[in-house]
Amino acid sequence: MYRYIIKRLLLAIPTLAGAAALVFVLMRAIPGDVCVIRLGSGGAHVDPASVEACRLKLGLNDPLIVQFFDFLWNYLTFNFGTSMWSGQPVAREIAVRLPVSLEIALMASVIAILIAIPLGTISALKENTWLDHVVRMVAIAGIATPSFWLGIMSLVLVLDITYLATGKPWMPPIDYVPLWQDPIRNLSVVLLPAITVGYRYSAVTMRMTRSAMLEVLREDYIRTARAKGLLEQIIINRHALKNALLPVVTLIGIEFAFLIGGLVVTEQVFNLNGIGRLLVLAVQNQDNTLTQALVMLVVAIFVLTNLVVDLLYAWLDPRIRFS
Amino acid sequence: MCVRKGLLAAGLGLAAALAAGPVGAQTPKQGGTLTYMIAADAPPSFDGHRETTFATVHAAAPFYSVLIRVPPDDPASTTEFVCDLCTGMPAPADGGKTYTFKIRQDVKWHDGSKLTAQDVLASWNSIVFPPKGITSARVSYYSMVDKIEAPDDATVVFRLKYPSTAFLPALADPFTWIYKKEILEKDPHWYEKNIMGSGPFKFVSYEIGQSIKGVRNPDYYHKRQPYLDAIEGIFAAKQSVRVDAIRGDRAAIEFRGMPPSARDQLVKEAGDKITVQDSDWNCGNIVTPNHKKKPFDDVRVRRALALAIDQWKGAPALSKIAIVRTVGGIVFPGSPLAATKEELQAMTGYGPDIEKARAEARRLLKEAGAEGLKFELTNRNVDQPYKFVGTWLIGEWKKIGLDVEQKVVPTGPWFQAMRTGDFDVVVDANCQSIVNPALDTGKYLPQSAYAESFGGYDDPKSIELYNKMLHETDPKLQREAMRAYEKHTLDTMVHAVVTPYWYRIVQYQSYVKGWKISPSHYLNQDLANIWLDR
Repeated sequence: MYRYIIKRLLLAIPTLAGAAALVFVLMRAIPGDVCVIRLGSGGAHVDPASVEACRLKLGLNDPLIVQFFDFLWNYLTFNFGTSMWSGQPVAREIAVRLPVSLEIALMASVIAILIAIPLGTISALKENTWLDHVVRMVAIAGIATPSFWLGIMSLVLVLDITYLATGKPWMPPIDYVPLWQDPIRNLSVVLLPAITVGYRYSAVTMRMTRSAMLEVLREDYIRTARAKGLLEQIIINRHALKNALLPVVTLIGIEFAFLIGGLVVTEQVFNLNGIGRLLVLAVQNQDNTLTQALVMLVVAIFVLTNLVVDLLYAWLDPRIRFS
Repeated sequence: MCVRKGLLAAGLGLAAALAAGPVGAQTPKQGGTLTYMIAADAPPSFDGHRETTFATVHAAAPFYSVLIRVPPDDPASTTEFVCDLCTGMPAPADGGKTYTFKIRQDVKWHDGSKLTAQDVLASWNSIVFPPKGITSARVSYYSMVDKIEAPDDATVVFRLKYPSTAFLPALADPFTWIYKKEILEKDPHWYEKNIMGSGPFKFVSYEIGQSIKGVRNPDYYHKRQPYLDAIEGIFAAKQSVRVDAIRGDRAAIEFRGMPPSARDQLVKEAGDKITVQDSDWNCGNIVTPNHKKKPFDDVRVRRALALAIDQWKGAPALSKIAIVRTVGGIVFPGSPLAATKEELQAMTGYGPDIEKARAEARRLLKEAGAEGLKFELTNRNVDQPYKFVGTWLIGEWKKIGLDVEQKVVPTGPWFQAMRTGDFDVVVDANCQSIVNPALDTGKYLPQSAYAESFGGYDDPKSIELYNKMLHETDPKLQREAMRAYEKHTLDTMVHAVVTPYWYRIVQYQSYVKGWKISPSHYLNQDLANIWLDR
């Protein structure tokens, strides 16, 4: 297995290099640069000499090939540089935001798994009953409802309900505090966004669980198990669900990785200082260094998550061997 | 400017305007923490000398002192300036070329050391004559300054090359924070990432991209101030977050300004718990045709563009949905140098009879062979008010048979398009802090005289008229010179079309007292005179 993991990690190198080259080229294809935005976005006078000095300092006047090899060399030596916008080390910019995104992604995943797998399974077992219809309706509504809209509505609802109940509108805090500093405040900040994201996430997973279960339940080995007189509970838990979870685990892995960098709008709606918001900001500000680092981070997370998912396959289905 | 208290308004949800009592009439109470929203993501740095964004000012101004400023209790004044670190506003000497400031001797840095005139000198030298490798964003504002001296620890002298009415307003620029000489000499970049001033609040902490905190400076030299024990600024670029935060009292105020819809929503939902102040804003959008592209090199076509726009009817209609309101020329409408309504109406594009103007526009287009002209309007991907203004303009131009497509691009490509001349017509912006018409109107000069002018024209007459106005010190004669420059710009040559000025609407929890709105979101942000009436 270790050989398999090392092989997979080595295979990640060309993926990361390809992503690096792509993001490098795309960022430089956008007209304008960080200096003009930083010195001019206020709308007041911009001194051209200041813009030029800024470009020189950031190396934006260097030939593209020089910039590219500098970038590659820095990454090979684990030097991720400093943000062109804030001048802060990129590692620090990311370290501040990553716990926020990670916590939301983990909470949303837990919420999704707790809702989706039981309900998806019940839906499959009770196919075409009223229970199945209700679960499917909840799932389709979850897929169709944009998370940001749900986020805005949930905040408005909280404000309205507390106003009606107490005469004073209340909303969760808008400044994130780490869990270990103040658990209550932390949970009141992250719970609503986690539920908002988790609902859509659970809806997708629910649909996948249901269809996978339906497929597995029609397999010959399930019929055989029933013919042998095994208890229905054992058939479902040991034979059906475990096999049906293969595509579900893949989906959960992809969704989790996506949530780390993809909660752009949700993070804005709840004013969360996460990776998604930082990525959008970096692109808007044409902060090449930070954008490159963030894209590489998201790619690395996808690669690692896929690896973990593949390892889980073997646990779920012992027939799968690493080679 | 007016101060209003919001009331629940039936149907429209709009507050009836009630004049609130003068803030100064109440005795300020000490204590409390002010939590306020900063309508932006994290600023690029905390160095006021280097940056141009309000995010830097709203985050760090409470920690710094300045030499002079707009009056904190009357920041709407466009002509009055008062001392912060000096002891009295000096009378100009040497025919208006020398200003001698006496510096307060009771000012301490937050590290406990004494602030002297040498610190003021070092800071101003860094702003006006930045050393190599140091960015001073507004260096061009001080082209009239010859040298700055500090003959002793209590005196700073500014010597000018020529007398200028633009000097004092430029000196009151809100970014001109006073830094400690010792730190500047050791590391001129130190202030980019660190904060240490002598202002009303002492810096406590900064959570990158999230919030900034400060506590009361007990040694502050303006006695009794600041009234607050602490401040916390929370960064939130998204408007819905800021509106909800104020409604839910997670934050008491946001100083930049929100559109009328946000005001109406808050006032409808929170009633008299919300107070609204509004003011004309020293910011505006300018429609700039690219003179280097046909047919915009033809003044008849540019004139037709101006004539088609119904400023007088459009401004009040737009003000219901966008942050614009007052029709003006090249000078901020609240300034003594601004054109009156009668003076405006005598110029192209401001006439009272829009049908007559549009008939003339059609005639001019026909004469120029540009009937049914099709072109692209490049605009910035910012809702308020850029896209609203752009959409309105297209509607107006359609009425004279023009076929205009709006090309909305992010900030970077928008700047790039203007700088490289890659546009037909662009919605540009001119957003200033201190009302300083002599400098603010430099935007309408040709690019050879003003780098951030994007019309692509060369016009020696324009430069001549501007310089005459700039060097005139008699208020009456300067006003006349400004009219001549304005008429040449907007009427004779139609280098640009000025759309209605922005309108600043700030709503906040009614327990916040002492703060007064100004014509710029950059001004009056040290928060020293704010207090809480809980």
